[in-house]
Order: sequence, then C-alpha cells, then structure tokens
Amino acid sequence: MEAGAVTRPGTAVAERGKVAERRAPRRNWVRPALLWIAVALICVFCLLPFYWLINVSLKTGTDLSSADLIPPNPSLDNYKSIFENDDFISALRNSTIITTITTFLALLFGSFAAYALARLRFRFKFLVLAVVLSISTFPPIAIAAPIFKLWTDVGLYNTYTGLIIPYLTFALPLAIYILASFFKEIPKELEEAALVDGATHFQAFRKVVLPLAAPGLVTAGLLTAFFVWNEFLLAVTLTSSPSAYTVPVSVANFTGSTEFEVPLGTISAASVVITIPLVALVIIFQKRIVAGMTAGAVKG
Amino acid sequence: MEAATARLGKGGSRRRRYGTGERRLALAMLSPSMIVIALVAAYPIGYAIWLSLNEYSVRVPGLSRFAGFDNYTEAFASPEFWQAVLVTFMFTAISVSLELIVGLGMALAMHEAFRGRGVLRTVVLVPWAVLTVVSAITWRTIFEPNLGLAPQLLSNLGLPGADVVWLGEEGYSLAVMILADVWKTAPFMALLLLAGLQVISDDVYDAAKVDGASTMQRFRRITLPLLAPAILVALIFRTLDALRIFDLPYVLTRGANNTTTLSLLAHQELTSNRLIGYGSALSVLTFIIVMAVSFLYIRTVGGNIRSLVEE
Repeated sequence: MEAGAVTRPGTAVAERGKVAERRAPRRNWVRPALLWIAVALICVFCLLPFYWLINVSLKTGTDLSSADLIPPNPSLDNYKSIFENDDFISALRNSTIITTITTFLALLFGSFAAYALARLRFRFKFLVLAVVLSISTFPPIAIAAPIFKLWTDVGLYNTYTGLIIPYLTFALPLAIYILASFFKEIPKELEEAALVDGATHFQAFRKVVLPLAAPGLVTAGLLTAFFVWNEFLLAVTLTSSPSAYTVPVSVANFTGSTEFEVPLGTISAASVVITIPLVALVIIFQKRIVAGMTAGAVKG
Repeated sequence: MEAATARLGKGGSRRRRYGTGERRLALAMLSPSMIVIALVAAYPIGYAIWLSLNEYSVRVPGLSRFAGFDNYTEAFASPEFWQAVLVTFMFTAISVSLELIVGLGMALAMHEAFRGRGVLRTVVLVPWAVLTVVSAITWRTIFEPNLGLAPQLLSNLGLPGADVVWLGEEGYSLAVMILADVWKTAPFMALLLLAGLQVISDDVYDAAKVDGASTMQRFRRITLPLLAPAILVALIFRTLDALRIFDLPYVLTRGANNTTTLSLLAHQELTSNRLIGYGSALSVLTFIIVMAVSFLYIRTVGGNIRSLVEE
C-alpha cells in the first residue's frame, strides 16, 4: 500500500520527492530511492556475470587476455568453431533427445501418480508421498557407483536409456509434487459431475482434470526439462565417449589443441549456446516457473 | 449453503465409489512411478551398501572379498575424508547463509510495488536458469587473471586480491565456488521467500503503522517472525542441495586447492582410482549425512504435505 503510493520509476522519483517534501519530511523519497538502488544492484548482480560470459565468447586471439568491458574486435568465430565441432553438435542432440523423452515420461507417469495422491483414497498415502519427497533429496553420488556397475553389466552404459532411467527417478518426485498441488486446485465438482454421468475415475482424470491442469503440466514440464538439461554428476559418471556426452559434460570437458591450453573463448560460446534456450524459456514462462518453484514452497 | 450441499454431494458419491475399484486404480496409477523409483533409488542404495562392505581388486576385475566395515574404518582414518567433510560443511554454511541474506534482500525488493516488478522477477530468474556447469565457467571467466572482470575491478579500486590467481590458491578457490553458488541459487531462495512475504496480510503492517512502529521495527517484529517458516524451508532445502555439491568444484578446480567436497571425493575414488568398495563407502556416508538433513526437512514440511493428501 504505502510503497505503491510513493514509488514512481525513473525521473518521476525526483519530482515526486520535491512535491512530497512540502507535505511531509524527507522520508517520502528516501524509501523509493533506496528501492531503486536495490533494484539496480540486483540487476547488476544477476546480469553482469552472464554478460561477462557473452563478452568473453565474442573475443578471439589476444583480446582474450584483456579485461575490456566491451570486446574491442567482436567476432563470432568462437560460435562458428563450436558449430563445426561434431562432439558439441552430438551433445546438443543427445541432451535434446534425453530431455524430451524424460520430460514426456515424467509428465505421463507423474500425472498418474499425482492424481492418485491428490484425489483417490487409499492406505499409506502419506507414506508414499514421504518416500517420493525423500527421493528428491537423494544425493546422486549415492547411486552413481551401483548404477555404473549395473549399466556396464547390462550394456546401458553410454546410452540414452542409461541416463533417462535415473533422470526419471529424480524428475518424478518434482513432477508429482507440482502436479498434485495443481490437481488439488481444480474444483472437485467438475469430476463429480463426470462421475455422476457414468464416467470412470480414469476417464474423469483424462477428460476433465488433465485438460484443466494444462498450466500445471507446462510448469512441471519446464522444471523437469531444466533439471535434466542441467544434470551433471550422473551424466559424467554414466558416459565416457564424447558421442554419448550431454551438453554440460561436453562443455566441462572442452579442451584446446593441447591439454594445458584452455580455450576460454570457445568454452564461453558453447556455454552461452546451451544457456540461451533456458533464458528464453524463463522470459516467456516467468510466471509458470515461479508458480512451480513455490508450489507449496517445497521443491524447485 | 451451496458449498455445504456440494460437500454433502461429494461425500455421498465418494461413499458410493470408494472401494476396491478406487484402490485398485490408485495402485495402477502409482505403480509406474513407484517401479522407476524403486528400481533406480531403493535397489541401488541397497547395492551401494553391499559394495561398500566389500573390497574389489583393482588389478583383477571381478575379484572381490567381503571386508565388513574395513572401507568405513579406512574412511574415518583418512585425512582426505575429514578434509572433504570440512570443505563440504564450510561451503554449505557460508553459501547458504549468504544466500539467505542476498535472497531476503531480493525478496523484499521484489515485494515492493513498483513499475517493472515483473521485469525484475525475470531478471532474477536468469542466474537460476543458467546451468551449474555454466555458472562455474562464468565465474571462472570473471576471476581469470588478465581476462577477468574481478581482478581488473579490484586493481582499479585499489583493493587487495587483484594480483591473486583466485582459482590457483587455497581459500580463494573456495571463495569463487561460494560466489558461483550464491549467484546461481540466491534467486531461488528469493522467490521462496517472496511467496512467504506475499501471504503476510497488509492489515498487520497497517495496524503496526498506526501504533507508530518504524520500518525497522516492522521488519524485525512482523516480517521476520511471520516469514520464519518460509525461511526454514528455504534453508533446509538449500542445505540439502549444498551438501551434494559436485558440479562447481569439478569444473572450477577439479578439487584442487582444498575444494574437494564429499561428492567429488567419492566420485574420484570411484572413477579415477577405481576403488569401488571404498568409493561406495564414501557415497554411503554422504548419503547418510544428506538423509539426516532430509529427515529434518520432511518433518518440517510434513504439515504442508499432509494438506496435499488430505481431503
């Protein structure tokens, strides 16, 4: 209330301050001024590091040993070189395929489980939910060794399936929790009506609840996709050939022509390329993502 | 009135339909998820414990012998293990505290009403969207000698640290790791806390203002206590994440300069040194530490969860 009354962006702040001074003591412009300083600091803190990465990615040759705020000779050579790098291209393809399949399966299985938890009545429901939630806090290192051994035995090492299965385990709790909280929001009356009309519970779920929970599916899908795209420990443990790498592993293992030369320019370009889709999604779906992160303030 | 009849209607239909059919459907709908979870979480954990009780030959593949708790006694006797515990705990304590401070500041700013608030929320989400590996690379480019923004800035301002190779020295490396973590995850903290701030009623503040409470008083006496549950959840959640940290030290230093965390140490023993038994013991110990915090977490949010499953 108070803040809404006193804050105006930009030049309006100063003007407003003058007007306010006549009526009340200086208090009225201190607060908005502080707020705008805080907002500016937050923007610099959040954006400057990423800007620096982009800055470095546009530098080549000797520019890479100077700290100019703007690249003196901006060039897209680093980007050209990563798109000529077969390993990076295959990592992009691997990550895209693995992320798409995992997200789809997590939404499919997750929406079933979430509906059962949110709407159906059965025993040990709380136990099931506690188990699901505790899985989401598992340290992946704890399952890295056994899965590595198992996968080498059954031939899933270095394969898509070998990554999709463990990813699904970590993505499911997230999807289940977000979807269950969305299903909870849908008025029960709609399902009841369908049930009275002779629909089965499953039909009510598929025809009534699922379409209404579309925003929830988008949210859960986005957060699942972010998680899979980002995952590193299992990806680095369960793959060993560059053709099976996912993007984070590929970028982390980027080396120059010699082992000791670190090509920061190309690494930065590759980092920017794999981050841009996520930043674009954040800009488009900001509200959805925040809703998912804070769904019951439990999991993000 | 309407609500009451609706509830009655609901109860009636539920009584009619609740039974083996509903239970069977619940089982069917839960089983895909539960099977995946059991297959990849429960079974491997059991297997990890088994592996940790055995010793595996490095030279002859497949040769192993039961070793009881030998791997664990070896871990407890090794300075590397305790060093990793120390590094992990220090990293967790410092980065989570900083994230709370930065996150709370961000949340308070985002809670104010001003034009461009939506834009600020999007801006804050940018670091969160950046992959952890990329966050590590980003901070590496910032602290790189010559190329980096930080050494340049420090030398321009005449501050100490300009001539330090940050990622080449003990202490400094950990500081960069903490910075990278704070940058990436403070926004998450901020959004959780913002959600907490939004449920505090304006009436409480108005009443306090009428009573003449200052801004600081209102913050300390109203905001903080009412925000405490949200802070607790955010803290535990971030702690769980920080204790598992692996990506940042892997990319920034590969564990050099005393930045080897528990997850990284276990991973190194498992992959570089091929000590499956010993590495598994370290993994299981990490698991136990994280699960202890996780237990605390489940207990804290237990109430929230219950509301999700209860009618």
